Amino acid sequence: MISFQHVSKSFDGGRDFAVRDVTFSVAPKAFVVLVGDSGSGKTTLLKMINRLIEPDQGAVSVAGEPVQSVAAFSLRRRIGYVFQGIGLFPHMSVAENIGITPLLLGWPKPEIAARAAELIDLVELPRSYLTRMPSELSGGQQQRVGVARALAARPSIMLMDEPFGALDPVTRDTLGSEYRRLHESMELTTVMVTHDVMEAVILGDRIIVVRQGEIVADGEPNELLVEHPDAGVRALMDMPRRQAERVRILMQERTQRE
Amino acid sequence: MNERFAASARLLPDYLSQHVLLSAAALVLGFLVSVPLVVAASHNARVRWPVLGFASVVQTVPSLALLALFYPLLLALSSASKHVFGHGFSALGFLPSLLALTLYSMLPILRNGVTGLTTLDPAVIEAARGVGMTNRQRLLRIELPLAAPVLMAGVRTAAVWVIGGATLSTPVGQTSLGNYIFSGLQVEDWVSVLFGCIAAVALALVADQLLGLIEVGVARRRPVKIWFGVGLLVAGVAAAGAASLASGSRSSYVIGAKNFAEQYILAAVMTDRIKKEGYSSTARVDLGSVIAFRALASNGIDAYVDYSGTVWSTVMNRHDSLPRLQMLDEMRVQLRRDHGVLLLGALGFENAYALAMRRDRAEALGIRTIADLAQHSPDLRIGGDFEFFARPEWRALRDRYGLRFRQQRQFQPTFLYRAATSDEVDVISAASSDGRIKAYDLVVLEDPQQVIPPYDAIVLVSPARAGDPVLRRALEPLVSAIPIDLMREANYMVDRDTNRTQPGKAAQWLESAIHLN
Ligand SMILES: Nc1ncnc2c1ncn2[C@@H]1O[C@H](COP(=O)(O)OP(=O)(O)O)[C@@H](O)[C@H]1O
Ligand SMILES: [Mg+2]
Repeated sequence: MISFQHVSKSFDGGRDFAVRDVTFSVAPKAFVVLVGDSGSGKTTLLKMINRLIEPDQGAVSVAGEPVQSVAAFSLRRRIGYVFQGIGLFPHMSVAENIGITPLLLGWPKPEIAARAAELIDLVELPRSYLTRMPSELSGGQQQRVGVARALAARPSIMLMDEPFGALDPVTRDTLGSEYRRLHESMELTTVMVTHDVMEAVILGDRIIVVRQGEIVADGEPNELLVEHPDAGVRALMDMPRRQAERVRILMQERTQRE
Repeated sequence: MNERFAASARLLPDYLSQHVLLSAAALVLGFLVSVPLVVAASHNARVRWPVLGFASVVQTVPSLALLALFYPLLLALSSASKHVFGHGFSALGFLPSLLALTLYSMLPILRNGVTGLTTLDPAVIEAARGVGMTNRQRLLRIELPLAAPVLMAGVRTAAVWVIGGATLSTPVGQTSLGNYIFSGLQVEDWVSVLFGCIAAVALALVADQLLGLIEVGVARRRPVKIWFGVGLLVAGVAAAGAASLASGSRSSYVIGAKNFAEQYILAAVMTDRIKKEGYSSTARVDLGSVIAFRALASNGIDAYVDYSGTVWSTVMNRHDSLPRLQMLDEMRVQLRRDHGVLLLGALGFENAYALAMRRDRAEALGIRTIADLAQHSPDLRIGGDFEFFARPEWRALRDRYGLRFRQQRQFQPTFLYRAATSDEVDVISAASSDGRIKAYDLVVLEDPQQVIPPYDAIVLVSPARAGDPVLRRALEPLVSAIPIDLMREANYMVDRDTNRTQPGKAAQWLESAIHLN
């Protein structure tokens, strides 16, 4: 569905590489999570898929076609994009925000309205919110609208850049698992960036660990959770295991006392 | 007081409508030019600083100077267009005012627009790209709407500046609320000055409030507010347009006047004479000295009164001295030949530059002539109007008599006479037809070497009207009809300290005094 062939990107003319010689591909309907330290190149990788960033070298293709084969704006209309900044348009109502890509694609007005209503149900917000302005919504509600906006034009690919990073842990968890269900039911291909390894382990079918612009590990969560030859990856994957271990011990102590 | 107020109020429809039209045109033009520049500047730092830099520099040019600079520029353009297309355009009045004010309006719009567009939330911009907008769609759907409130705040500032600045378009021949201020200042009619100031302030406040309504409407997305504000603004401009059309169609002859009482009076006499012939006529007052002749030569005005010495030196560039009649003859021929302008005739009095002193002071020092004055000049102070010390007459006097004063100061003409009586200066430049010479008991010093050329008041007619029978019938009876003492008296009615008369009233008095009523 998505493939990278020897892709490199430098923002300073080749002294430092944000992404260096990366090759990987994503199968249809996969849920791939990119993890890594801040500045490791995750966002750059993601944005090269919908051409918000153009690679210096190598080839990126989507659905078998090189991304450069169509105009960037029309590529982006076919790919859902959600990011940490949310970026709702503050001067448009929730319905207008959700309907923006269909509008750009020239859908008829009633169809856009129907789609907005359908999506507001899907992200579990009351329909009365369609007429609200983004400033009248909480952070979690805003990101629900962000997800709905990305899904509006029925893309088959969703790109998500730390989509729930700015939300409180409970909301983050709820939205994460709700989105996972949407991913299943709508048969989406999802590439999500996060720095929260726990989130990656819970949501992803596949985890790609990025360090200094290169892929250092790539596999299913349970593969990476067992011993990995790279010390950094081991340390990274240790975290969810240790946390789970601690929770398990706590639960055990409690049952023993009872 | 009441009479003065009523006189000012009568002029309001004309002055206000001209002012509104000029300001609105400048603001709309400024907005239309600025918005594309704002877009270019906010997307490209290399465009940004020259654009903002240029606008800032324009802003530092005093607005009056900016207006004045456009006049010669347009004059050159006009004569170039005459060369190329066969006809020029009026370099006077509306056009230079419009261009200068347009430039003036641009800085706040540019600055606010660029600020508005460059400080947008980057997350929103990225989202606009992410949902698949083209650059154009992003600009129109996201960037401009979001920057609009800040941009509108800039438009508001620009409107206030333009409405204030438009009062300065009077000296380049554009009627505006500034006419109240400039004319009022000349004849010390403070009611008129105040009337003009208050009218301009009120207009600025109203425009500011309406634009503020639009600004709030844009910021809060209340279309009702936006359309209400726009509707009222458009209605105001349309009303001004209608008023100006109505007064414009009424007036078929335009008489020019420079900026002092005698000119106002003579212009009023001339318009009155034309009206008596059954034709409409208006006066365009407060023209700069040189601008008046250029306006006439380019048919911007139909007739006005100038002075032979002024035309001789500033228009014809002559610095020699000829006997009166010979000078007039030569002038008549040359003006017709070089400019197409008709010298209809001399009115019968002179308004020459002269040097005057308080009588008691002159007698105490034993000064009767400029030659006497020269011996005392190192101990004395001289005052002149703004033009005087730059004029060839002054240089000639100074050099021929060897005048060297202790101090040299410039005054507004009104304050000049007072400066002489209140002992701020000892000698002043005076106009020989000025009523205040007699009233303030000043003596005019003789010019034994005849350095100052004759300054006969002459009626000049524009090339287009040179053969016009109405104008001839109306103005010919004025030739050789106004003696100096009557002119002085009429001038004094307008210039005196108390119980002043409106120039129009003084004109009526003068007409009856010379039996033309
Ligand atoms: N637009 C840009 N201009 C210059 N440098 C950039 C730009 N975007 C990212 N970088 C640099 O590229 C590297 C990778 O950044 P990014 O992909 O955003 O990392 P991550 O998303 O993993 O935190 C960082 O060193 C970052 O500073
Ligand atoms: Mg990132």
